[in-house]
Amino acid sequence: MNSTILQTATRYLLPMLLVISVVVLFQGHNLPGGGFIAGLIGASGLALHGMAFGPKSTREALRINPATVMGVGLAAALGSGLFAVFMGLPLLTGIWFNLEVPGLKTIKVGTPVIFDIGVYLVVLGVVMAIVLSLLEE
Amino acid sequence: MSTLIVLPIIIPLVTACLGLLAFRSPRIQQALSVLGGFGLLTAAIVLLMRVWTAAEPPGGILVAQMGSWPAPFGITLVADLFGAIMVLLAAITGLAVLIYSVADVDMPRKRLLYFPLVHVLLAGVCGAFLTGDVFNLYVCFEVLLLSSFVLLSLGSERAQLEGAIKYVTLNLLSSAIFLSAAGILYGTAGTLNMADLSARIASAAEMGDGSNSQSGVFTVVAMMFMVAFGIKSAVFPLFFWLPASYHTPPFAVSALFAGLLTKVGVYALIRFFTLIFVHDTGFTHTILLWVAALTMVTGVLGAAVQMEFRRVLSFHIISQIGYMVLGLALFTPLAIAGAVFYIIHHIVVKANLFLVAGIAHRLRGTSALDRPGRFSIYSSAPLVAVLFMIPAMSLAGVPPLSGFWAKLVLIRAAIDERLFAYALVALLVGIMTLFSMTKIWAEAFWKSPPDEDRRGAPDEPESAARPPRIDRSLLGPIAALAAITVAIGLLAGPVFDLSTRTAEQLLNPAGYVRAVLGADHHRAATAERKEEPAP
Repeated sequence: MNSTILQTATRYLLPMLLVISVVVLFQGHNLPGGGFIAGLIGASGLALHGMAFGPKSTREALRINPATVMGVGLAAALGSGLFAVFMGLPLLTGIWFNLEVPGLKTIKVGTPVIFDIGVYLVVLGVVMAIVLSLLEE
Repeated sequence: MSTLIVLPIIIPLVTACLGLLAFRSPRIQQALSVLGGFGLLTAAIVLLMRVWTAAEPPGGILVAQMGSWPAPFGITLVADLFGAIMVLLAAITGLAVLIYSVADVDMPRKRLLYFPLVHVLLAGVCGAFLTGDVFNLYVCFEVLLLSSFVLLSLGSERAQLEGAIKYVTLNLLSSAIFLSAAGILYGTAGTLNMADLSARIASAAEMGDGSNSQSGVFTVVAMMFMVAFGIKSAVFPLFFWLPASYHTPPFAVSALFAGLLTKVGVYALIRFFTLIFVHDTGFTHTILLWVAALTMVTGVLGAAVQMEFRRVLSFHIISQIGYMVLGLALFTPLAIAGAVFYIIHHIVVKANLFLVAGIAHRLRGTSALDRPGRFSIYSSAPLVAVLFMIPAMSLAGVPPLSGFWAKLVLIRAAIDERLFAYALVALLVGIMTLFSMTKIWAEAFWKSPPDEDRRGAPDEPESAARPPRIDRSLLGPIAALAAITVAIGLLAGPVFDLSTRTAEQLLNPAGYVRAVLGADHHRAATAERKEEPAP
């Protein structure tokens, strides 16, 4: 497909969708959102890119193979669960730290955040693998 | 303690994850996968030993609460004897198939992440065997089904896709029924923790002696689960997807499916109808009894008319599932022990037969039994012929191999219950199985090719005169599985002891509930029920 309208729109939509996906990812702990839905939003932006500019240029823009994204995501999700195991707690037990940022209030950082990021990457990777291979058909 | 239970799920997942990261190099994936397979086997052996030797008689139950959320609210992993045995069998089959795949699966498939997919499937299977939560069981089913969909259609051959469509459609239907049943169950009982469900349904049945409305709803839900798991375990009349799809993918994949996937369905049936839905056994288990007999008979009759190696074996899976369901339906300690013994025997034997079918295909150049092969396997590769004979005779129930003892226990259990017709059916199906196995033996292994008049033909390529060499990594897993079959047959006493203890545990849901929820929960739940006014 070679449509100027779609290509121009994509130039604006893709960064917006990616930013929104990250916002949804991080607000997901206490509000609606989370890794899965954020991954879908991000992937929809990249899918749009694939449709507008062709799968080849999307692969080039991504630089990383979707399989690697999946692998890293799965590793992050698993690792966040295993963290508790190394501390002698049952798998997937949430562990929280208070991160003191000078000049700002303390931020609570915990393994569930890493788990969500992992889910985000897995969803992104899987959807990209499917969409790109369908576009290449 | 809790770490040990999660290992059989974590090890395959970590392996799959590392395999994904090494997606460029099928060689590294291969090495990692086989290593992961050994790791899984070790974890499974240690787990079974820990469960077996746990202090509390009869055999302990290990429990882990995921994320430290307490029992009826969080996801519970439970390893009782039955679960641990199933995990061990999955690990054995998985490792054998992984080693066999190294030489059997072609490069394009390996490039498309074949090995990580097998590990995701194994993680789903082990998860299903260890979970103590109905919804988590659904998730594990989905994990293993999705990876099986991909494994089945990987390579996109025409026949493969045709089989995959039937497989996917019927299994999605089954998942939909499973999910609706879980929803209704949650709406009615207010929990999906298996132990909690068991306690609640038992006390509901106590209250209303079978006639109250809630007990009726539970029976309806039980039937929905029976249909959902019935499709997955391929019982009569829901088995049509199985012989339509199992002969299409690579041999290693079909061996994995034949050994494990239907047995996950049987596992779920046994778990649900010994732990949760035992409030109206006169109704539910009588249906299972009919289903079992019809499954045995249709499966074996279907096999009798087939003339393709893996199709014959596929129909035999169905008839063998009938035996396992028969054990569950009879619902006596001996019968359940027989069903457990049968599963132990069956998984090893069935996976092995599919692996041998792969070698036979390589040697003969065809899987059709009614077409002459290039070589008589019996004279050109006698070792392969012997390695077929062991699982085949075991499947048919020839003493002293494992299948004989498994059938003996079940038939004995049927006779004890004075259900002579069912014992007779089981016996006749055994004879019919022997007939099918001798058919394969005679056609594929014994018969020499009609080469006398063709040898001199000029268009015959020179290389066809010598049978292809069979790689050791193909023969190794088959020999190991055959050795396990012989060992189960010779050590039938200890294996039967294990099955008996498993059956005792399965028929004592109170022990399971106590292990998961703690000692006083059951009494508290009962007391709370008693205080409510009758509806």
